[in-house]
Amino acid sequence: MPKVLFTRHLQRFVDCPPSEVAGNTVRSALETVFAQNPRLRGYVLDDQDRLRQHVVIFVNGEAVHDREKLSDAVEESSEVFVMQALSGG
Amino acid sequence: MGNRILVATRKGLFLLDRKGTWGKEVWSIASTSFLGSPVTMAFSDSRDGSLYAALNLGHFASKLHHSSDNGKTWQERTVPVYPPQPEYLPKPENEFAKVAPWSLVQIWALESDGGESPGGLWAGTIPGGLFHSSDGAQSWQMSRTLWDRPERNQWFGGGYDYPGIHSICVDPRDARHITVGVSCGGAWSTQDRGGTWACTAKGMRAEFMPPDRQYDPNIQDPHRLVQCQEYPDVMWVQHHNGIFRSTDRALSWNEIADVQPSAFGFAVAVHPKDPNTAWFVPAIKDECRVPVNGKVVVTRTRNGGQSFEVLDSGLPQESSYHLVYRHCLDVDASGNQLVMGSTTGGLWISANQGDTWEMISQNLPPVYCARFVGS
Repeated sequence: MPKVLFTRHLQRFVDCPPSEVAGNTVRSALETVFAQNPRLRGYVLDDQDRLRQHVVIFVNGEAVHDREKLSDAVEESSEVFVMQALSGG
Repeated sequence: MGNRILVATRKGLFLLDRKGTWGKEVWSIASTSFLGSPVTMAFSDSRDGSLYAALNLGHFASKLHHSSDNGKTWQERTVPVYPPQPEYLPKPENEFAKVAPWSLVQIWALESDGGESPGGLWAGTIPGGLFHSSDGAQSWQMSRTLWDRPERNQWFGGGYDYPGIHSICVDPRDARHITVGVSCGGAWSTQDRGGTWACTAKGMRAEFMPPDRQYDPNIQDPHRLVQCQEYPDVMWVQHHNGIFRSTDRALSWNEIADVQPSAFGFAVAVHPKDPNTAWFVPAIKDECRVPVNGKVVVTRTRNGGQSFEVLDSGLPQESSYHLVYRHCLDVDASGNQLVMGSTTGGLWISANQGDTWEMISQNLPPVYCARFVGS
């Protein structure tokens, strides 16, 4: 199953250990994580469910292309990293 | 007299207590919360003693926390959430303005809704939202009647990319009457608790607009709007380019000219029992936001703006560059005690209406909000 990992910076504010979850897109993998940890959603997605402006997600080292729908594909062996973008200061 | 102060800063929230020691009363930091994180607003609910702190975590956006034990522990509550954004958003009518996203950027104001139930709150936000909670920020409802006003498309950001609501005045006689200050969107009032709204900035003047639009009520930049508690018909505004006063619940505003050393600033506080007494913290001007001649002063009028005194006793008078933001000057319920915090981390208290000031700290992070608990 894809592995989802969060920046240590985010773990300062909300508990978000690495997890292996079902999903074939970034969106579906994250939704599984959010279902287990609803508070985490607002830290990563904005009011319109888009990726926050100063958050960036990498799948196997490559930044996701679709920041609105998060439709980028993930595979069984994928590692999804949720990071803070340097643009956020 | 207020015995506790909330100081929200760029790097945490500080609670200060005043305690007597052998007849001498001393203010000191009693607790520190959220160290390292920007706290954009703080509020104490006098109905149940709760504290609220609004954070802006940058990457991870705005969050709201609640404490029921005087700040010893905090629990995260819900932030206001904007409604689903339509696919097409019209371009702002002012070409230079940015299209505001339907997503919370910052909580900029937190106030009691004036009801008897603890946890009844109003929140003003960037971009341009007003939200109500009846359960202590466990859920929020947006005032769509204000958000959906077509005039909102003429608002624009002042200091921030998007317009925002920074002042919420709930009439102590009638909590259905609310006036909010918008930078930049003037002042807006409702008589029916948000059922309908009217722009109430007639008489305000905006130097930053071309001559034929300077008196347009809907583009004014009231930096801060406050209301006298015992005479709520009287309201004061520290505007981007001047000081304005209303004696008819914001229906009309009169500019108070020739204020020395300057009429520019962000903060204003009005005496809770005397509508003619108000305080301001002047800076040189828009393009140069530092004290005049490097001297930190507070100006005070006792006659409704006919004249002003310059108060400087106990304040830095040499090479000082403190700026006092809009939420960083407060008066307590007695009307005697003032607190003031600056962008350079200075914090001062006056126990005698500003006649003399005592420096509490000059080493805090930049101050975003300083207010008495229970005020």
